[in-house]
Amino acid sequence: MPAAALDPGLLLVLAVMLPATGAVAALALPGRWAGRIAFGLWPLGLAVAVAVAWTVWAAGAPLHYAVGGWAPPLGLMLRADGPSALMLLVAAIVIGAAGLYARADLRPEPGATESRAAVVFWTLLMALWSALNAVALGGDLFNLYVALELLTFSAIPLVCLGGSAKTLQAALRYLVFALVGSVLYLLGTALLYGAYGTLDIVLLSGRAGPEPAAILACALMIAGLAAKTALFPLHLWLPPAHAGAPPAASAVLSGLVVKASFFLIVRLWFDVMPGLSTAAAANLIGALGAGAILAGSVMALRQARLKLMIAYSTVAQIGYLFLMVPLLFGVPQAEIAANAAWSGGWLQLASHALAKAAMFLAAGLIAEAAGHDRIHGLDGVGRAVPVAVLAFTLAGLSLVGLPPSGGFAAKWLLLSAAVATGQWWWAVVMILGGLLAAFYLFPVIGRAYADGTAAFARPRDARSREFVVLALAVAAALLGLSQLYPPGLLRIGLGSGLAGAGVP
Amino acid sequence: MTMTVFGLCGAALVGIGLYGLIVQAQPLRRILAFNLLGGGVFLLFGVIARRGAVEGLGSDPVPQAMVITGIVVAFSATALAISLVVRLKETGRGDDEGSA
Amino acid sequence: MTAGIAVDIGLAALVAAMALWTILVRDAYAAVIGFIGYGLLLALVWVRLDAVDVALTEAAIGGGVTGVLLLRAVGALHRGAAPLEDGPPPGPATRRIAALACAAVAAGLAFVVLGVSGPAPTLAPLAAEHLPATGLKNPVTGVLLAFRALDTLLEKVVLLLALIGIWSLSPDGAWGGRPTLGRPGRASDTLRFLAQLLPPVGIVVGIHVLWVGANAPGGAFQGGAVLAAMWILAMMAGLSPVPAIGRPWLRAALVIGPLAFLAVGVAGIFIADGFLAYPPAFAKPLILAIEAAITLSIAVTLAMMVAGPPQRPGAP
Repeated sequence: MPAAALDPGLLLVLAVMLPATGAVAALALPGRWAGRIAFGLWPLGLAVAVAVAWTVWAAGAPLHYAVGGWAPPLGLMLRADGPSALMLLVAAIVIGAAGLYARADLRPEPGATESRAAVVFWTLLMALWSALNAVALGGDLFNLYVALELLTFSAIPLVCLGGSAKTLQAALRYLVFALVGSVLYLLGTALLYGAYGTLDIVLLSGRAGPEPAAILACALMIAGLAAKTALFPLHLWLPPAHAGAPPAASAVLSGLVVKASFFLIVRLWFDVMPGLSTAAAANLIGALGAGAILAGSVMALRQARLKLMIAYSTVAQIGYLFLMVPLLFGVPQAEIAANAAWSGGWLQLASHALAKAAMFLAAGLIAEAAGHDRIHGLDGVGRAVPVAVLAFTLAGLSLVGLPPSGGFAAKWLLLSAAVATGQWWWAVVMILGGLLAAFYLFPVIGRAYADGTAAFARPRDARSREFVVLALAVAAALLGLSQLYPPGLLRIGLGSGLAGAGVP
Repeated sequence: MTMTVFGLCGAALVGIGLYGLIVQAQPLRRILAFNLLGGGVFLLFGVIARRGAVEGLGSDPVPQAMVITGIVVAFSATALAISLVVRLKETGRGDDEGSA
Repeated sequence: MTAGIAVDIGLAALVAAMALWTILVRDAYAAVIGFIGYGLLLALVWVRLDAVDVALTEAAIGGGVTGVLLLRAVGALHRGAAPLEDGPPPGPATRRIAALACAAVAAGLAFVVLGVSGPAPTLAPLAAEHLPATGLKNPVTGVLLAFRALDTLLEKVVLLLALIGIWSLSPDGAWGGRPTLGRPGRASDTLRFLAQLLPPVGIVVGIHVLWVGANAPGGAFQGGAVLAAMWILAMMAGLSPVPAIGRPWLRAALVIGPLAFLAVGVAGIFIADGFLAYPPAFAKPLILAIEAAITLSIAVTLAMMVAGPPQRPGAP
């Protein structure tokens, strides 16, 4: 059937299967091929992400594809709405930057046929990309469970790529949290299937009502996903895991991986159970987010090591995402996508992904130049890696929330939503979080630009890596100007526009 | 009746597994608890599948397929976790102050 | 009927007792034995729930292969030096609170699962209605290989990733080398005897389970797990060498299943209704071909997972 070959929905299949195929092929071929496959696939994957975003935006409606021709509830549907398209784009950009950075980091020794770290890193990077895309596009809650496990299994070994006891300990703790999170999620899917006979998100949104099964299922699933997202107070696994990984891996883990489980929380909350949410639950999630902002920032302030400080800053920045929930409480389903808090939340996700990835990569170069990452020993490191320090500064602007960065625009939108709905207490927390971020970031920047007596060495291949980091940081710093171009992409949501998306 | 009995059993297994995860300090024992918990979740799926039986099919095949997929994933998780723990024990003695 | 219910109640009580034993017993070795018993009993529960496909999977993977893995682990972890602990064990007050909270979760689950009234929602009629289009007679295989084929395909990738994750834990010098499984030349006579006796039978059983899976309970996962168990046995007894992880034939065997699945899936775009769709006339032979390939890959992947990360450099 030639017509089937032209189905634009096949783009969704490509987004998931291209990187997955790359990962499988990398295992089949000799080790030196893993990096080459990754680099060959990256432009294709980026083009697919752009094409999906373009198609969704041009059509003004979600894109969908019934895999194998079997429509839900029996079959699986892949779907892309505005937020999925955003996830795809951000993932492609951050994965590409991490890959370019790692190319210099993981170059095998001359004479070696394949090195452990290189083969593992490239294979897992491709698998992780596939998993992120599968999470963004999955339309069935059990298929999303498999996607989440794919993500877990590609993320964990990246944490302990260095192989020291400390990183192994961090990976093990991460694994326990991730597995318990998955199993709670799976338990929720069992209850939902038992109550409604389908796990398709759109079908469920039509069927699920405020019954005990649906409420318990969603509570279990959100708790499990919150553990995977490292939402305060389930964040203890994150700092050692993200700080101990190699820089390129940290960038992907902190920038992207924790966002995937957050993405599913948003799907559950706004698409599956819009009728189930109560003010108490929304405020509890908001309070945990606020707790994350404050506790994460205070812990970041107390860190003596740069990478741990950046990792605690991730705990804090994740908190902002969860403020979407109380800020959008009570907004009618049809108006959510037009609300400032909705755009603010997604913009925070995108800008934190870019800024945090840039910051971890910059910290990698700084640590390489200094031979350590103790903050008090970094005086004058800006002379060795000036561009990396500049990138660190630009990324910092976004985390603090200064204009014109993406972080500024995101926090401004969230603040205005808080003021508009009279929930000023969230606004106070956000402003405090921004101040605390300035307190922990600016001293580092000050030291880097200060005069120092310590000798720093310029890392090998520093120039190309510094360029990658700078590009990422500039993107984060300018994201606020775009207000997410193309306009209206984020308004194309499953909730508002999917009534007719492939489901009778 | 069969379903009630095994439904209660599955729920109990989830509770027992969760308890083990909380109170056990040894990684291997936590891995066992995780598997007990997983077994309970699968059993609840099984009860739901059995309840969905129709003429000619003793059990709804869709949740059965999910459980089969789930068992394989749980095995993979167990194998990865055990390798991590064993490796940690091997490394833990010597270089505790690894690079950060 | 009443006899059946008595059996069910006894079985459920035994499973729960085994689970409690696994959690509460002091000795780790005893806990692992308890867990293996739990897995085997659980397989019986699946039979009682009319889910024979799951019962086979649980017995082969949950009880069998996981059992070998855990026994090896307990040997490695609890020999000699004190076992690792992640923080101190919680005090009695924490235990009591945890017990109450977990009991509450269990009660809530029981209430929700058993409290459903009215006709239970099910996809069984829909699956039965569309099964003829796949040419299969076993609806579970139909769900795994056709209706929800994307789950199965992604799960194959998950298996490979877990193996890469395990391999990534090798010492730097051993990458590309061999895992150690058992102590070569020191296997007991019993083990050697079993390893000579069982594999021929097991291989026949494994292939049979795969083959009947199209029409009766069984299929790629169960068949692959049985084959994996036979290979593990032979390797532990030293009858079959553990391959170095860089061997091309090993890599090919690992990926052939996912790649065949993917190739048929992509072909579906051109010869059928789309990705992972089968042309009705060839659906059954295509599905059987995929199953044969993934059985091989599953067998090799599971066995290599049990073998663990490479420990010593392989032969050049």
